[in-house]
Amino acid sequence: MKSFVMKPVIEILKEIRPEFDFATSEDFIADGMLDSFDVVNLVATLDKNFNISIAGTDIVPENFKNLEAISALLRKSGAKL
Amino acid sequence: MNLTFRRKRISGILTIVPARELSFLQDMKNFNFPEARSLKLREVMGYDKHRVVEPGVCVSDLAVAGLEHLFENNLLHPDEFDALILVTQSPDYFMPPTSNVIQGRLNLKPDMLCLDINQGCAGFVIGLMQAFSLLEQESVQKVVLINADVLSRKTSPKDRNSFPLVGDGASITIVERDTEDSIIHANLKMDGTRNQVLMIPAGGFRLPSSPETAILKDVGDNNLRAKDHLRMDGSAVFNFVQMEIPSLIDGLLKHGGVTIDEPDYFFFHQPNRFLLQKLADKIKVPYAKMPSNVVERFGNSSGVTIPVTITLNLADRLVHEQFKVCLAGYGVGLTWCAMLMNLGKVKFNCMIEYK
Repeated sequence: MKSFVMKPVIEILKEIRPEFDFATSEDFIADGMLDSFDVVNLVATLDKNFNISIAGTDIVPENFKNLEAISALLRKSGAKL
Repeated sequence: MNLTFRRKRISGILTIVPARELSFLQDMKNFNFPEARSLKLREVMGYDKHRVVEPGVCVSDLAVAGLEHLFENNLLHPDEFDALILVTQSPDYFMPPTSNVIQGRLNLKPDMLCLDINQGCAGFVIGLMQAFSLLEQESVQKVVLINADVLSRKTSPKDRNSFPLVGDGASITIVERDTEDSIIHANLKMDGTRNQVLMIPAGGFRLPSSPETAILKDVGDNNLRAKDHLRMDGSAVFNFVQMEIPSLIDGLLKHGGVTIDEPDYFFFHQPNRFLLQKLADKIKVPYAKMPSNVVERFGNSSGVTIPVTITLNLADRLVHEQFKVCLAGYGVGLTWCAMLMNLGKVKFNCMIEYK
């Protein structure tokens, strides 16, 4: 179940920042792999691909720091995983 | 703070946008940022064109051009208003007030209050509140509210946080008493502890402009900016809006005794499409009721964006029809405020270009 969710998220992240390996980092923000505009791009893509609207109040760095956090945010936002 | 105003109305809106148009595709050549990522940013935020003044053009130039247009077309007589309120963050001078400069350039009567207000993206709603209050005086028959800014002149072209969205412009709103027993509800909040989220650090008395404050520095994410330039903490602004505005609107609607479905339009300040659509989702308003099509055409002209949204989206319809609208502004200060009112059957609602 976990890898099923992670795979499309990793694909989206790779599209946004192809130069990084997101499978090996535990903190994308602290490691400088995602900046604030990347997060906006990521939200727009997740909204579209999962047919959800991530709440504006949830667009904070902690929710995008790694794959587990993004996965939890998707579930909270009503994504059918 | 809940506020209530009775028997007041807007009777005309004119917006003035510079003829000079910049495009995001041109701007991004100045950014130290991969082209593909810039294009994605454009798509999500809705950046495309924005209007900025030619070098040297000031707020009073836009305001005088707008008032002259109204006088020449018999939409307003120079003697029929008793107060001129200018809301701006980019005055012609520290002193005198730019409202007095406008009064002088147009030879307006001396029996008039001229008042500058230093406010930004909440400045349209704040200005309306001041205008309504002045109209409590019998000697004040009509108020001219001008919102104007030329902040592109204080924005670094190498700062992709700010430059692609900045726009210049002005609006002239005529405010007067209503013969009908109308009620306008408003809600206002401010938080000065967050005053540095949006600011121009240098150029005032705290840090005067100098060769040092004009030096461009890398401020992160490959953005170059000087202390003389506008600084916006985009993430902090976004989070502030998403946290504060839904409860502000909820409180306003309760204060006005109406439901979220009742307003015909939600004319909100226009920083970017992404922020507005997130806000619409949160407060459960259809996108069609909350237009977000201004930043892509004109840029974000701070307190002018609400009038621009109204003139762009309603145009002559506002002359013939009346709508229940919810206005909301949020920005520098930090300040956030909203207003619920009937808007319509105005004398004019149009846009002109400043050349």
